[in-house]
Amino acid sequence: MSGFLAQTWTVARKDLRCEFRDRQVLNAAISFALVVLLMFSFTFDPNTNVEIRSLSGGLLWVVYLFAGVLVLNRSFARETANDCLMALVAAPLSGDALFLGKTLSSCVLIFAVEMISIPVFGIFFNVSWLPHLPQLLPVFLLGSWAFAAVGTTFGAVTANNRLRELMLPLLVFPICLPALVACMSLTWGIFDPAAVAETGPWLRLLIGFDVVYTLLGVLVMDSILTAG
Amino acid sequence: MSDPAIRARAVSKFFGDYPALREVDLDVFPGQVLGLLGRNGAGKTTMLRILAGLSAPTSGEVSFPASGNQASDHRQRIGVVGHGTWIYDELTGTENLRFFCSLYGVSDPDPVVQRWLRRVGLERFRNSRAAEYSRGMRQRLTIARAFLHEPDILLLDEPWTALDDRAALLLSSLVAEAKAAGSTVVICSHQLPEAISVADEIALLHRGRVAYQGLIDAELRREPQSLYERLP
Repeated sequence: MSGFLAQTWTVARKDLRCEFRDRQVLNAAISFALVVLLMFSFTFDPNTNVEIRSLSGGLLWVVYLFAGVLVLNRSFARETANDCLMALVAAPLSGDALFLGKTLSSCVLIFAVEMISIPVFGIFFNVSWLPHLPQLLPVFLLGSWAFAAVGTTFGAVTANNRLRELMLPLLVFPICLPALVACMSLTWGIFDPAAVAETGPWLRLLIGFDVVYTLLGVLVMDSILTAG
Repeated sequence: MSDPAIRARAVSKFFGDYPALREVDLDVFPGQVLGLLGRNGAGKTTMLRILAGLSAPTSGEVSFPASGNQASDHRQRIGVVGHGTWIYDELTGTENLRFFCSLYGVSDPDPVVQRWLRRVGLERFRNSRAAEYSRGMRQRLTIARAFLHEPDILLLDEPWTALDDRAALLLSSLVAEAKAAGSTVVICSHQLPEAISVADEIALLHRGRVAYQGLIDAELRREPQSLYERLP
């Protein structure tokens, strides 16, 4: 077990070290998130339309999903450069440790994008987010893990596809829909408790989604990687 | 006779309808250096990928009788040099080797990493990112990566690519040391002189089949290209 955890951490640490060395993904995803939030704030003026403000939680998660795909695309693109994925397959590294390591690193990066863009969202949409931070953090973490788990599984499937950057969102977006709706409802419920009567079912849905897609990734990763 | 380190039986591999390998049988014994030779498209890389567990055969099987047959166990015992360099451009030479030490469970990795960087002549560049290395330096780092966990089985695919004469000599000496230590080495190459200089047996692949297999004789050492005259 300790060997498994060590391998998971080795993969995650390597990915994060590579990313923080060149910051390609973080810079792109954060810039993207901020620009889209800015454009949304002009398109839906929150100062003149109270209804729009209640939708802003949904807008926030759509931005996170799009920005998250940039992170997920890079996760396996890094492995295809120099055929590094082959090195991981040839090594005594279990598919589940590889899956969890890559999911963890993607989750950290998506979470970082979320934490950096939430203050900007607060300013643009006139939403007081800071008092709600303790409630928002678990939703952000669970949502990030959901996108990362699905994205890592399908990132491995599309790793050697020339249209990878197009294929990954086409596969990930529809599958992530239940998690996206749950995250949007939970966030909306946090910002406006009167609007969402009960958040418990959404939270259970999000946790269930995370568990199911984590187990699925763990089970299929070995087969995906040696299918060539 | 001891069990073979690598045993392939009736291994075939099809890409769609195209047969890359057809019913290949191969035994490689501990301490043996086998040159898996052939022209481009003969099936050498496909065979090596199957031996390394990077690709599953369409039919047939590969086993490792001398070291037990458990999949995770044999991956621990194999070192591979593939077509790609398998190193991360964003990481330094030291970080790359430390990462692979962690994957292979090398205990006390720092002295191992330092020793291998020194051995392949990259000690001065240990803190430079691999992206800044020349092609030859990257290939030397690749060789260090393949050897650092002291594998029992070495699978080397065109390992002389981009190596200068000194690095080629270093590779030959590493293969000789591995053989002396009882390791099994399979070298895929279309560079016959280099492969024949280090191998003690050859298998010539032609159109996905083993067309010739035998020990290296004086004639082959003198004229490596004469190997192709032995095709049926």
